[in-house]
Amino acid sequence: MKQDIFQAISDPTRRAILTLIAIKALTPNAMAEKFDMTRQAVSKHIKVLHECELIKPEHSGREIYYHFNAKKMQEFDNWLAQFRQNWETQFNQLDQLLSTIKEQKK
Amino acid sequence: MNNDLLFDFNVDKAAKTVYITREFNAGLPLVWDAFTKAELLDQWGAPAPMRAKTKYMDFKVGGRRFYAMISPDGQERWAVQEFTSITPKTNFKMYNAFADKDENRELPGSDWNYNFSEQNGITKVDITIYNESFERLEKLLEGFKIGFTMTLKNLEVLLATLS
Repeated sequence: MKQDIFQAISDPTRRAILTLIAIKALTPNAMAEKFDMTRQAVSKHIKVLHECELIKPEHSGREIYYHFNAKKMQEFDNWLAQFRQNWETQFNQLDQLLSTIKEQKK
Repeated sequence: MNNDLLFDFNVDKAAKTVYITREFNAGLPLVWDAFTKAELLDQWGAPAPMRAKTKYMDFKVGGRRFYAMISPDGQERWAVQEFTSITPKTNFKMYNAFADKDENRELPGSDWNYNFSEQNGITKVDITIYNESFERLEKLLEGFKIGFTMTLKNLEVLLATLS
């Protein structure tokens, strides 16, 4: 099943991982060390983040470095911006409706 | 329309919650009605060119509103709102979920909390939306997008006619 971006971001450890790799790409081993976690625990988090495309792997020799995918986060923000726009449109419609009703009552 | 009226829109991604605050230039009883009466909700409850159509609404605790957002080409996106708490002219809460045209709900939905307060003839409405998943939020927008794409298409046709 494809991972949900909301679920991915709602976990504090995964947010910390994202914050860290936004600064510098890391290998799973380096992440495990920084967060004092087992390799298995890190792998689980990586899997979730990778599945919703918030991070992307890059091979360098034998190592895999994970990068932060800023584009995906931007996509998410674009969705929210559109959601906001829809509300703005609706509320402007309500402004008009309220003033019409107030006029009628006069 | 009214630029001095407050409009706040904040998203707490970690808490999966959207916070919306808006002021309206009208008294509380009227604004409360606009949010809780079907005949008024249908006049503003979908962003144009979409429109809202309520099939039925039973505004009481445990009651439901079954309604659709309809795009300009007639596509209907049905949803069910179930009212879980009502304090007249102060607060109401509901659980919102998409549904098919026969009212079968697609879970999970989202939790909505509305607060109303009035000061000097201006009514403030605070809305909190808790979404279990982003996918759900994406779906909310899907319907809107259909409407928007249609508008752009209409515009293209119009421009082609004019040129």
